[in-house]
Amino acid sequence: MGVIARLPVYWERLPGGGIITTNLEKVLNWSRASSIWYMIFGLACCAIEMMATGCSRYDFDRYGMMFRATPRQSDLMFISGTITLKMAPRIRRLWEQLAEPRYIIAMGSCAISGGGFYYDAYSVLKGIDKVIPVDVYVPGCPPRPEALMHGCLKLQEKIKRESLTKAFGNFKEDQAPRERLDGRWILVK
Amino acid sequence: MATDTAIRTEEFQVNMGPQHPSTHGVFRMVLTMDGERVVDCEPHIGFLHRSMEKMAENRLYIQFLPMADRIDYLSSMFCAVAHCEAVEQFMEIEVPPRAKYLRTMFMELNRIASHCIFFGVFALDLGAVTPFLYGFRERELTMDLLEMTSGQRITFNYVRFGGVAADLPESFFPAVERFIKVFPGRVTDYERILNENEIFLARTKGIGVVDAARAINYGWSGPNLRSSGVDFDLRQNMPYEAYGELGYEPVVLPNGDCYDRYLARILEMRASHALIKKCMEGLPEGPTQKEKVSKFPKLPAGEVYVRVESPRGDYGLYLVSDGTDKPYRYKLRTPSFNNLSMIREMLRGVYLADIVPIFGSLDVILPDVDR
Repeated sequence: MGVIARLPVYWERLPGGGIITTNLEKVLNWSRASSIWYMIFGLACCAIEMMATGCSRYDFDRYGMMFRATPRQSDLMFISGTITLKMAPRIRRLWEQLAEPRYIIAMGSCAISGGGFYYDAYSVLKGIDKVIPVDVYVPGCPPRPEALMHGCLKLQEKIKRESLTKAFGNFKEDQAPRERLDGRWILVK
Repeated sequence: MATDTAIRTEEFQVNMGPQHPSTHGVFRMVLTMDGERVVDCEPHIGFLHRSMEKMAENRLYIQFLPMADRIDYLSSMFCAVAHCEAVEQFMEIEVPPRAKYLRTMFMELNRIASHCIFFGVFALDLGAVTPFLYGFRERELTMDLLEMTSGQRITFNYVRFGGVAADLPESFFPAVERFIKVFPGRVTDYERILNENEIFLARTKGIGVVDAARAINYGWSGPNLRSSGVDFDLRQNMPYEAYGELGYEPVVLPNGDCYDRYLARILEMRASHALIKKCMEGLPEGPTQKEKVSKFPKLPAGEVYVRVESPRGDYGLYLVSDGTDKPYRYKLRTPSFNNLSMIREMLRGVYLADIVPIFGSLDVILPDVDR
């Protein structure tokens, strides 16, 4: 009962079976955290590390993380790479297409703050959190697969802390950062 | 057939990308379709335009060195070598022979890593998941070797003006020996999975055929050009670093279809493996870094054009200096851009399902297109 042992449950042995007593929230959060499906969406260098994390040696699947090709089936989106001003509205639209509860991991320094492109690149968005809310930041240029997995475990912890009485996902639509999305971008320093 | 009773079809538009798993990054195609046939394709690039060239012009030469790795992140070593070679040609310094061999060896390791990804991703695009896992398994082997020397996994930042950053560590030698021993068997695995797979053959043989004249006209280079029957490889025709001493026989294939473009890369993996073996056998002793090379060079006014054979083709760097410590113009001639330029012509008239193999077989990478 290795899996059950990690759940805060009361487990009573009876002849011919057993009864488990727990609360709905814990079970629901536990099952959500154990099957995060992520969207296969790569932007730049970090996407290669994301693919490597999903592949043979590091193997995301053992955390129940499977890749899906469409935002409508995924819970998690990795922002894996540099976001240009041309790409930012598209990412915003992808985020809107993700079904709630949805989670974002900003992977690498470009997605966090613009990274190496912060000072003198004219076409790079300085951090994805100017456009969409971010749950976990994973630093690195690019982050090692171990670092990314650590980020995913942190996300699992976060999901397990969430409450049914509040809405899943930390952000409501109107709380999300909103900049001009009508094609004309004004960057907020 | 334009009678009133004939079945008439209407053209319609399909948008592919920028978020599409098989566009290898962020590339958008607006396809005009007539049923299953592509009538026209309008490519949109620039979703990953990171203003690399302009950044280079605002930075010292050494400050741009780590950024050069990020121009084409699947072949970081090549971009860094091109950058350093350009600066070295200005400074008129000769790199020590050991550094030349190390650069050559790591470039070939990086080429194997890049082709492994091509193998995996190309098969994944066609619906096979297993090769994806296989390709990344071998890529991890090369990444181990690169990491224990340079300290990084993808963006190595290993090359320096007048040499390389570090000599090989002790643990490298048994690891590279193991790699040299196991890798040919792994490539045989690849070949056995895909080379005679009937579905794979049906989807790639005779699809997206490009003849030699058209390939040359569009400025193709690399494995794409060589699989159209043109015998041109900078490693043989204009040797740089240690390629002149090592000697290299390019992989040339006749048909120019998707299958040949795939096969060229598989065969190149074997060729790169042989080069790594040669490098390790003939690795000269000596320093890895030329002494008294300025880290903040002020280059004399002038211009230089450097070409390296990256996994995607002929990577060129045109560097103009006006006598200051920053470049006046840093023009990149990236192979992916030229290889991609034919996509509109290639896609006209093909079936919808052939778009993915054609695009995948070009092995373009979008930061290399957009810079």
